[in-house]
Amino acid sequence: MGVEGIGARVLRKEDKRFITGKGKYTDDMVVPGMKHATFVRSPHAHARITGIDVDAAKAMSGVVAVLTGSELKADGIGNLICGWMIHSKDGTPMKMGAWSPLATDKVRYVGDAVAIVIADTKGEARDAAEAVEVSYEELPVVVNALDAMQQGAPEIHAEAPDNLIFDWDLGDEAATNAAFAKAAHVTSMDIVNNRLVPNAMEPRATLGVYDSGEDHYTCWTTSQNPHVARLVMSAFYNVAPENKLRVIAPDVGGGFGSKIYIYPEEITCLWASRKTGVPVKWVADRTESFLTDAHGRDHVTHAEIAFDSDHRILGLKVATIANLGAYMSLFSSCVPTYLYATLLSGQYAIPAIHANVKTVYTNTAPVDAYRGAGRPEATYVLERIMETAARELKISPAELRRKNFVKSFPHQTPVIMCYDAGDFDATLDAAMNAADYAGFENRRQEAAKRGKLRGIGMSCYIEACGLAPSSAVGSLGAGVGLWESAEVRVNAVGTIEILTGSHSHGQGHETTFAQLAAERFGVPIDSVSIVHGDTDKVQMGMGTYGSRSGAVGMSAIAKALDKVEAKAKKIAAHLLEADEADIEIKNGDVRVAGTDKSVPWFQVALAAYTAHNLPSGMEPGLKEGAFYDPSNFTFPGGCHICEVEIDPETGTTEIVQFVAADDFGNIINPMIVEGQVHGGLAQGIGQALLEATHYDASGQLLTASYMDYTMPRAVDLPSFTVTNTVTACPSNPLGVKGCGEAGAIGSPPAVINAVTDAISNNNLAMPATPQNVWAALQAAK
Amino acid sequence: MYETQYHRATSVEGAARQMGEAEDGKYLAGGMTLIPTMKQRLASPSDLVDLRRIEALKGVKITGRTVRIGAVTSHYDVSTNVELAKICPAITSLAGHIGDPQVRNMGTIGGSIANNDPAADYPSALLALDATIVTNRRSIAAADYFIGLFETALEPDEIITAVEFTAPDRAAYKKFPNPASLYAMAGVFVAKSGDTVRVAVTGAGENGVFRLEDAETALAADFHASALDNLTVDPNGLLSDLHASAEYRANLVKVMAKRAVAEIASRPM
Ligand SMILES: Cc1cc2nc3c(=O)[nH]c(=O)nc-3n(C[C@H](O)[C@H](O)[C@H](O)COP(=O)(O)OP(=O)(O)OC[C@H]3O[C@@H](n4cnc5c(N)ncnc54)[C@H](O)[C@@H]3O)c2cc1C
Repeated sequence: MGVEGIGARVLRKEDKRFITGKGKYTDDMVVPGMKHATFVRSPHAHARITGIDVDAAKAMSGVVAVLTGSELKADGIGNLICGWMIHSKDGTPMKMGAWSPLATDKVRYVGDAVAIVIADTKGEARDAAEAVEVSYEELPVVVNALDAMQQGAPEIHAEAPDNLIFDWDLGDEAATNAAFAKAAHVTSMDIVNNRLVPNAMEPRATLGVYDSGEDHYTCWTTSQNPHVARLVMSAFYNVAPENKLRVIAPDVGGGFGSKIYIYPEEITCLWASRKTGVPVKWVADRTESFLTDAHGRDHVTHAEIAFDSDHRILGLKVATIANLGAYMSLFSSCVPTYLYATLLSGQYAIPAIHANVKTVYTNTAPVDAYRGAGRPEATYVLERIMETAARELKISPAELRRKNFVKSFPHQTPVIMCYDAGDFDATLDAAMNAADYAGFENRRQEAAKRGKLRGIGMSCYIEACGLAPSSAVGSLGAGVGLWESAEVRVNAVGTIEILTGSHSHGQGHETTFAQLAAERFGVPIDSVSIVHGDTDKVQMGMGTYGSRSGAVGMSAIAKALDKVEAKAKKIAAHLLEADEADIEIKNGDVRVAGTDKSVPWFQVALAAYTAHNLPSGMEPGLKEGAFYDPSNFTFPGGCHICEVEIDPETGTTEIVQFVAADDFGNIINPMIVEGQVHGGLAQGIGQALLEATHYDASGQLLTASYMDYTMPRAVDLPSFTVTNTVTACPSNPLGVKGCGEAGAIGSPPAVINAVTDAISNNNLAMPATPQNVWAALQAAK
Repeated sequence: MYETQYHRATSVEGAARQMGEAEDGKYLAGGMTLIPTMKQRLASPSDLVDLRRIEALKGVKITGRTVRIGAVTSHYDVSTNVELAKICPAITSLAGHIGDPQVRNMGTIGGSIANNDPAADYPSALLALDATIVTNRRSIAAADYFIGLFETALEPDEIITAVEFTAPDRAAYKKFPNPASLYAMAGVFVAKSGDTVRVAVTGAGENGVFRLEDAETALAADFHASALDNLTVDPNGLLSDLHASAEYRANLVKVMAKRAVAEIASRPM
């Protein structure tokens, strides 16, 4: 390993610009003639639009245009779609209701866009937006998924009778029933996974620029996947052909999934730019972010698990109702299905599993992938019910888990996934040691003397990331392939540019990816630049989500590096008059192994470009591209242990210890990986203790600001103990897994298992706010 | 935010005059409540008259045990006043736990009590300390000043100039913050002077700050936390919202009251 190569804890190259306020975000983009947009949004959760009067607004000072959905439709702009087809168990395709970027006939949630107002200043646009008169005929509202399924519930989309989008099954129901018939013990419970608002630090923003001379569009946008945005806007929304549409995602301040999707605003701003002839910028305010960013989670589940008399799991039954909100967002259908039910085997050998998932429309913000996406929901179900079973069976929760662990690999689960590698005993042991699990009883007694209730809880999670083998996801209904691309350009002086289809919005790619080249060629990471986020610069790529940029994005880079290395060696062999097989690259020198004959790296690069003396027939240049399609998902796994102290008088929970022992395979930059774990844990603990999303019965979002939505603060979190074990991933050349989501996946059940242990009442829903814990304590009295 | 005219006043009289000339003006202090409200377009004053530069309204003056806090004194300045901490640490500590550092640097005592948010901290202190609210027209006893939710005895355009009180023998404030906003979900200020004990509660009452007379009686007889063991706080009349039901608030009021008394007991005389 070089000092900056694989395994080095180098500081993040990108942090200088972020820390000094020199990052360049979409809102920092200014182009000549640019105007500002505000969207007129529905104040009602469900209403028919009976008229839109824009005359008064158009007459106001500074107003350039006020445009509505009928004009957008007339120009042929298409509806938003969900790009993953799911079929119900009866074979019928999912029932997708139309989502017009600007509503024309009906609004379906508070925040639904109805018109765009474009003016010289944002203030003028806002003033005029208030003058747009939309006449609504209010309709009955339903916000809760269970209510939406009741007979007589308000119908949100004519396409989806009873608000049911699909009723989907996975696993063998008959085999599972047969397994339950043999059970010595069955644990069953109802489990709610609370809805979350993603809350990226940078709100969504877009700048649409139409160039009439070239008939060309440029879209600056807060996207995690600019190429996917271009593809979808081009192929489905009819904004422009791909060669006439450039999408740029510059610095992006956090996504957590919410910036994967194509939203109404970027489509509308691009179209409006052509319509009005001026560049149109829109930046969400925080209220718009709360109301309209795709939310996460929102599952209601009934689960049952069957054990034999030796405490071995015989089967698992899960029935889940997932609230998808008012419209189907881009990947909403795969989250509660293939990213959820396929993980229900967890770390355990479970012979039979059956899952049923029903998804429904409600008058709430669309729900889609949010850090973890389906896997936190699966982990929460499984790890809550395992802990509960251990309590009912009166055996140690660690032992119950250990007894049922998958021990040999590859392991085919009954729910599609084939785990390629792992060592679950190792992560459990590492976590229990780090947490001094054995010493807990003493700590509990000591805390009791101080009047505190101390509890401990664990969670042994597995997740599937590195999305994903294209043919596999294609056969499951995905509309896209999930490979990644890379191009490595060695410049004539030996510095390197890596063009990647991945997109960094906080993950530190500019550092980690550069380390791959540093490792390969012995060059400093400062001489390696990462280029991403611009469809005009970078070849087609699939972007960053699902912890895929390491396993898939870096594998593509590794493949391209292989090709560059091979060509560089040929050139060096020619220059050094040696055999190609004897050439090795070390510390910035290309040498003949075992001799002192060498040529500096930059001279090899220079030779490639001067082309004065290349092997005969070789093309000049040193630049190679690669596409990498993974052969399998990767399966990070680990054990999280949470220890809490509860103040019984107020219900306040303090996390006194949190241990995460994770297996992410090989690690390129341990510091960045720890940072990803810390961030994930903060979000997972936020979900478990703090974050609640409440709509009232009329569909108003009550928690639409930080006065009511509790974001985790530093004081809410302990100093984490983060440790690793390693089983290299056999399914990609670097042996890496994925670390971006694990913290948010593993932690919520560990926290709730600890809190319910402390209060001796298992009936507690997330978030375990002081009020909820206090109420559970009263109920247990 | 809608368009507005900004005026920087340099004297109380000048501020009153500027307000008189405005069509629909509002005084501006730290702006921690008013500006966000304007940004959300929930308030649209034609004019803002900024009081924060008026010298006469600034700072803490202590004469013996008499304390006068100028209306535009920031929470930060109150929380870090060493002399005040010597004679009434409860109020410096209260100020030091308002919101976050940004809010404490900008927010003022005058703005806080003019706004009279039912979850604000200062009202409980002023009621328990039997403070006087001094305005450009008169002096108002705290008991007569806090009227209801966001409602005070202030007349239109009246300016709070200072808050005055006599430092109690002993006092403490305990607050249970709303986990999201950090405002009080239940805050209890206990002040003891001679044989008189006053207990005031903020964050919990449907009508804003109120005195907890049962606790006062119990503590006047026996100034120990245990004297409140049998106290029952009636959830009727308490706020109930997403974050805390009336029952939970009733519990918090009792717990915070006991902890305030315990804190006093734990401090050296
Ligand atoms: C994030 C956040 C957290 C907060 N947390 C807390 C908390 O934990 N506890 C707490 O108590 N408070 C809290 N606050 C409120 C804050 O402490 C301020 O006290 C409050 O915002 C009002 O003070 P201000 O000086 O900012 O007044 P402004 O916002 O400037 O004015 C508020 C109102 O008072 C009027 N006014 C101001 N000064 C005078 C005067 N001298 N005479 C007459 N009228 C006047 C104004 O016209 C306006 O109507 C919080 C605020 C924020 C934004």
